[in-house]
Amino acid sequence: MANDNERPIPGASVGEQFQDNARMSMRNVNIFYGEKQAIFDVSLDIGQNQVMAMIGPSGCGKSTFLRSLNRMNDTIEGCRVEGQIAMDGQNLYDEKLDVVELRARVGMVFQKPNPFPKSIYDNVAYGPKIHGLAESRVDLDEMVESSLRKASLWNEVKDRLHQPGTGLSGGQQQRLCIARAIAVNPEVILMDEPCSALDPIATAKIEELIEELSENFTIAIVTHSMQQAARVSHRTAYFHLGRLIEVNPTEQVFTMPEHELTEGYITGRFG
Amino acid sequence: MDKLKFENHIASVFDEELEEIRNDLMAMGGQVEQQLTDAVQAICEADSQLAEQVIQRDHRVDEMELEIDEACVLVIARRQPAASDLRLVVAVTRAVADLERIGDEAKKIAKHALELTESGPSPMGYSEVRHLAQSVSQILRNALDSFARFDADTALATMQEDKKIDMEYKTALRELVTYMMEDPRSISRVINILWVVRSLERIGDHAKNLCEQVVFVVKGKDIRHRNGQ
Ligand SMILES: Nc1ncnc2c1ncn2[C@@H]1O[C@H](COP(=O)(O)OP(=O)(O)O)[C@@H](O)[C@H]1O
Ligand SMILES: [Mg+2]
Repeated sequence: MANDNERPIPGASVGEQFQDNARMSMRNVNIFYGEKQAIFDVSLDIGQNQVMAMIGPSGCGKSTFLRSLNRMNDTIEGCRVEGQIAMDGQNLYDEKLDVVELRARVGMVFQKPNPFPKSIYDNVAYGPKIHGLAESRVDLDEMVESSLRKASLWNEVKDRLHQPGTGLSGGQQQRLCIARAIAVNPEVILMDEPCSALDPIATAKIEELIEELSENFTIAIVTHSMQQAARVSHRTAYFHLGRLIEVNPTEQVFTMPEHELTEGYITGRFG
Repeated sequence: MDKLKFENHIASVFDEELEEIRNDLMAMGGQVEQQLTDAVQAICEADSQLAEQVIQRDHRVDEMELEIDEACVLVIARRQPAASDLRLVVAVTRAVADLERIGDEAKKIAKHALELTESGPSPMGYSEVRHLAQSVSQILRNALDSFARFDADTALATMQEDKKIDMEYKTALRELVTYMMEDPRSISRVINILWVVRSLERIGDHAKNLCEQVVFVVKGKDIRHRNGQ
């Protein structure tokens, strides 16, 4: 846990917000859509190689908060982010920071699989190409293969790399999007309800993949499935009406949550 | 979060399922208490008919264990309980196992009651049995009460009482050994009493386990194998 004077106003959130091995550090983050405030004074660390799950009732601000971690909110008209968001000590909202490069370092996977209308190969090769990561065609081939392998998709697509990505099943498309995100060698991967459009088997595959990916990447995942949070994450953050109510090791949150709002939510009770 | 409540689920059937599990557990506790009381009475009043009844009724306790266990498994499968709900369901499955074992011990006591009545009337050892049985029944009642009310303080206090039982058990053993030394003809009789006393001591241990589960439900702490602190 970080030192005490870094703590925000007392009583704001309960649990272990801070980590010694923080990869991303958010401090006193407020987010607005025009006049309306969607996130209130959230402070939180995401540790190296951790899977951080964010749960809470819909509309509580999970996606808003997640999007602020790679400045996806910049693209939303009227959205304003206050406070500090840093990766490895570097302020992500620094004016001099290259946002395109940031989104390569902090990749994102969305709710609905959204492959480009291109071949499977090109979907994965796109990032390395625009970021100039590949020196040669052979290099690129290798990157595509290793990304597809890391996304546990290689064996299923290796014989049809030049067919359109949109022809894959939903679960395969989602793994393709994950391959696309990891092709540019990110440090952090953000996932916003990545399984909500998938059937249970495709979901199980993605969950297994998340566990494997956490060996090499730091992951923040928004999920409306509490069981999914319980299965895949190391830490769980519970949001309620734009506030971070509690963050604790996942096993604690699901067996002995500290805050009664968390308890109410995960046991499926009225407020 | 000191106050536990097992209602107000958005799925109200879930409330009913948990309520039913708790009620069934209490019913099983009551049944087991009755078995213990009757078994002890069968010994002390040399009532072989009552002893037979206790032996007959043990299967009902076994059935209740299976029923409650199954209800818990169903709740886990259907509702994926979390937090206090999960702790409750887990604690109940552990508690029914202890109650079933208490039932077994009561049945053993009843069997010894039969052997004792066959070997003819003699009050030898009754006072030891009666004394220990009183303390054990009290502990069992307190354990079940603390479960019914999710009262961790009572549970913790009751666990301390179990130490008293261990003392009384040792005292009883010493006295029974003296009887055997004084009168070797009493040996077979006293050995029966020894087994009874041992069963009572075991029941005290199981009651203590019940208390540990109450603490687990209320405080989320597993205090098994920690020598009660
Ligand atoms: N683009 C937007 N413009 C205005 N308000 C928004 C926008 N996106 C989200 N909100 C509002 O911000 C709040 C949080 O939304 P969101 O982050 O999507 O919640 P969650 O992901 O937890 O369901 C909601 O009240 C929502 O209506
Ligand atoms: Mg959302």
